[in-house]
Amino acid sequence: MIKSQNNTAKRHKLTTRLWHWVNALCLLVLVMSGLTIFNAHPRLYWGEYGASDDYAWAAVGSSQTLGYVRLGETKIETTGFVGNWRDSNGQIQTWAFPGWATIPSYYSLAEGRRWHFFFAWIFSVGLAFFMIRSLFNRHVQKDLHISRAEWRPSSIWRDVRNHLRLRFHEVSSVNIYNILQKFSYVGVIFILLPLMIFTGLAMSPAMDANWPWLTDIFGGRQSARSIHFIGMSLLLLFFIVHMITLLLAGPFKQTWAMITGGKREDSDHA
Amino acid sequence: MRKMLSRRTLITTGALGAGSLLSGCDALSRNQTFQNILGSAEDANFLVQRALGDRMELASEYSIKDLSPKFRANGTRDPGTPDYTASAAQGFADWQLRLTGLFKKPQNFSLAALLSMPQRTQITRHDCVEGWSAIGQWTGVPLKLLLDLAQLQDSAKFLVFHCADRLGGRPYYESIDLLDAFHPQTIMAHRLNGESVPIENGAPLRLRVERQLGYKHAKYVTGIEAVATLDNIGEGKGGYWEDVGNYEWYAGI
Repeated sequence: MIKSQNNTAKRHKLTTRLWHWVNALCLLVLVMSGLTIFNAHPRLYWGEYGASDDYAWAAVGSSQTLGYVRLGETKIETTGFVGNWRDSNGQIQTWAFPGWATIPSYYSLAEGRRWHFFFAWIFSVGLAFFMIRSLFNRHVQKDLHISRAEWRPSSIWRDVRNHLRLRFHEVSSVNIYNILQKFSYVGVIFILLPLMIFTGLAMSPAMDANWPWLTDIFGGRQSARSIHFIGMSLLLLFFIVHMITLLLAGPFKQTWAMITGGKREDSDHA
Repeated sequence: MRKMLSRRTLITTGALGAGSLLSGCDALSRNQTFQNILGSAEDANFLVQRALGDRMELASEYSIKDLSPKFRANGTRDPGTPDYTASAAQGFADWQLRLTGLFKKPQNFSLAALLSMPQRTQITRHDCVEGWSAIGQWTGVPLKLLLDLAQLQDSAKFLVFHCADRLGGRPYYESIDLLDAFHPQTIMAHRLNGESVPIENGAPLRLRVERQLGYKHAKYVTGIEAVATLDNIGEGKGGYWEDVGNYEWYAGI
């Protein structure tokens, strides 16, 4: 067992690491099963209502010969990828998102929903637990708190320049996260992830009866569905940036640190 | 053309890699035990959603200006059976709603009898499991009034709605528990947006159970059966889509 004294020298706390990997799994399943659910009606609307005869601000078009995504009045051909793709048997499928991006890989709305809601529970409970724990063990205050000095434009600009030069960590820094990391982590954990839970709940007719204000906040059930989809897209973007920075910062060392805890560089005086 | 090929190769390689990961998910998805584990989250949804609100909390109601320009129809668009078509031809004058099963006083209502009872009109949002929504104005008899006349026996736990339409050769049916049965917005609707309910939306009678998804709102209702258990109806899962498509019986989310 790790003694608490050694624990303070760890770069990532056990709870943080545990949550990170549970969350990684949850988000993977939630995105992929969410795409299955999206395939049932691949159109997005603003407002309370929206069905096939109503104007969709985003829609996937499908036929046996063509697949496309329409955003507003702009059509982007996506044949072979979205709206028209070949399954593993070489058959053309006209569901919006292809089998390799969905759970299950074949179309089953009922199964997609089961996966989605099961992992949504783990994800939500995990997020709530992480938030409370992070406040009590002072992860938020110590590591994610943005000091007045860091808020200065010159400080932010310096960090942007460092990132552009692919220099992610100032040797002199005592913070484990730099300002841009803090922005993205706070933005994702404390804004984007809760937003996904609440827009998800806002689509539920029972929740609409229980908490009508929830659907109203987002401007209606179909708006909530659109925001849920946009939030998922932002999470994917975050994931891509997360992977790029990981690759640039040293994927093996960083991944190993997220598994074992690693060491804080400033306390590494062996 | 080289570019096309390389793009295809890239996509195929990606698909194969993801495919091996996915085949694991598919195998799990088809495994009954794993399905039951995933399904436990639905029990949690049911318990939590029922616990969160007042048990008679109303679904949001809207105003005329919020109506969908067209109320989308789904599932059966026309039952098309000889009986149904004949009944439709005479404006459903001979339509009967039979209350059978665990009632102290089983009832038989004609459409005219239902129309002469007190009515409720509500503008609500219909949420389909597929993701779309439509807002419509429904008028009908509160189900509670029918239940008050027929008087449930103590052993009754669910109401099963039998329908005139068949999908894939099976009769459509649905079921709700007594909490939803006595909910003030649960009505047997015969008017949509001020007109008789169109055939594609479930003429002449459809259930509205506003806190659940669209597939619970049985159309073309001919009978309401009070039962102690759903085990002996259809395949025992409580509804057509529950039996055929593995949808959840509780459709609050």
